Amino acid sequence: MKTLVWVEHDGKAVKDATLAVVTAASKLGEVHLLVAGSGVDAVAKDAAQIAGVGKVHVADNAAFAHNLPENIAPLVAELMGSHDAFLAPATTTGKNIAPRVAALLDVMQISEILSVEGPKTFTRPIYAGNAIATVESSDAKLVLTVRGTAFDKAATSGGSGTVEAVGAGSDAGISSFVGAEIAKSERPELTSAKIIVSGGRALGSSEKYQEVIVPLADKLNAALGASRAAVDAGYVPNDYQVGQTGKIVAPQVYFAIGISGAIQHLAGMKDSKTIVAINKDEDAPIFQVADFGLVADLFNAVPELTGKI
Amino acid sequence: MKILVPVKRVLDYNVKPRVKSDGTGVDLANVKMSMNPFDEIGVEEAIRLREKGVATEIIAVSVGPAKAQETLRTALAMGADRAILVQTDDAVEPLALAKIFKAIADAEQPGLVILGKQAIDDDNNQTGQMLAALTGWAQGTFASAVNVDGDSVNVTREVDGGLETVKLKLPAIVTTDLRLNEPRYASLPNIMKAKSKPLDTKTPADYGVDTAPRVKVVKVSEPPVRSAGVKVADVDELVAKLKAMGVHS
Repeated sequence: MKTLVWVEHDGKAVKDATLAVVTAASKLGEVHLLVAGSGVDAVAKDAAQIAGVGKVHVADNAAFAHNLPENIAPLVAELMGSHDAFLAPATTTGKNIAPRVAALLDVMQISEILSVEGPKTFTRPIYAGNAIATVESSDAKLVLTVRGTAFDKAATSGGSGTVEAVGAGSDAGISSFVGAEIAKSERPELTSAKIIVSGGRALGSSEKYQEVIVPLADKLNAALGASRAAVDAGYVPNDYQVGQTGKIVAPQVYFAIGISGAIQHLAGMKDSKTIVAINKDEDAPIFQVADFGLVADLFNAVPELTGKI
Repeated sequence: MKILVPVKRVLDYNVKPRVKSDGTGVDLANVKMSMNPFDEIGVEEAIRLREKGVATEIIAVSVGPAKAQETLRTALAMGADRAILVQTDDAVEPLALAKIFKAIADAEQPGLVILGKQAIDDDNNQTGQMLAALTGWAQGTFASAVNVDGDSVNVTREVDGGLETVKLKLPAIVTTDLRLNEPRYASLPNIMKAKSKPLDTKTPADYGVDTAPRVKVVKVSEPPVRSAGVKVADVDELVAKLKAMGVHS
């Protein structure tokens, strides 16, 4: 099987999410990459170094500069004439492009695969990970998005892919990029952070969130999260929300502070490698999933932890 | 302009999904069902656009069993003008859904179709993008702001690491993210009024769409169970455990 992997990049370097997709693709067959963008020679050279990569297709055109799916999906669909599977990371960019490609190919996409069970069989989470479906495609070609936390990252060196320019490409003329506000903070983003510190309703106010949660996150260079209850109470903005209707995260360490552990919240963080819970209610459901549970008043315990860690 | 708003009836987000013991799926018998939360945000956004004078008519559409009528009535009670139920007892995949919505869009000629970014049952996150491909329209997915300006719409999107704004030519497809708005509750008088709003019932065959699944569900299982770990006595013990794992400042 010949696979085509969408390389996510920022114009300068290949993004990490791509590396897990390469690993997933290598389980299916030969790995080809697609680097699309404007002025992406350096990215293509880097991509060719990724272990296990055969060919790197490079589509260099201003129309591809901002990952507009209206321009990129037709390019991918054309390349899929000579490939059997298209794989993209299950990032906001991958999720934006892949289904548009799938529909152009009249293929039913399989989203967020967790494992490759056979040439057309995969597992994927449904109900925010509360159930795992094993699914088998009957389409002639595959379109898949890959959950980055479920596959090891391919090595960024040792490969010797050949770089080949493809597709003139054109601007569909129905969409344009206006601007972006990418958070410039030193803090890692929630969905890719190694450590997350989340606060819940028990904090009682937005001031206490700032006073108790933020210093611990600063000390550990962690991302900030919150439960839906804390978001609904207005302690933090919506984009902090971890849970079924918020962000699904799987960091190395997840601190759940003053979070009782509603199903809603557990669905968004239970794949974290290590869960640390601090709550004064020893019967809180969060302790059923926590690796390390501390029954204590968070207003004393968290500042102490921040001081000692 | 008209706005088309697809809505899906799903297991209520507060109910814990239970995998059926025969591994065929999640048990939906006798459990609370509600409108997919992201679709609710879509209905709300359409109503706000009508309140601003941008939209003239809001058509809610659902593909599902007879009971999906309840979901459509909720959309009507919130403020949609009329509804279409495309009735089927089969599970319909995003690709077939997109084909049905494409046929409805051809007939209704909406200026915008606003969908939830994903349904919280199958978590596919595909239908809006697929509809955009089939119609050839531009797509603004994971929207946190929607501003119609003449013959185009500016959509601010929630992307990894921040926000991005794109300008799309109308007609266009928008999919909603959590921050777009906070959906209103339907008032009792509006719930009563919704009962007499028009609701058409169709079938996938009426739109010439084959809904036979392309992806076979081999089995559905419980996720690996996470076993409860240990309780630590105090902060010092927790610090020691964390340091042993390499977690420190």
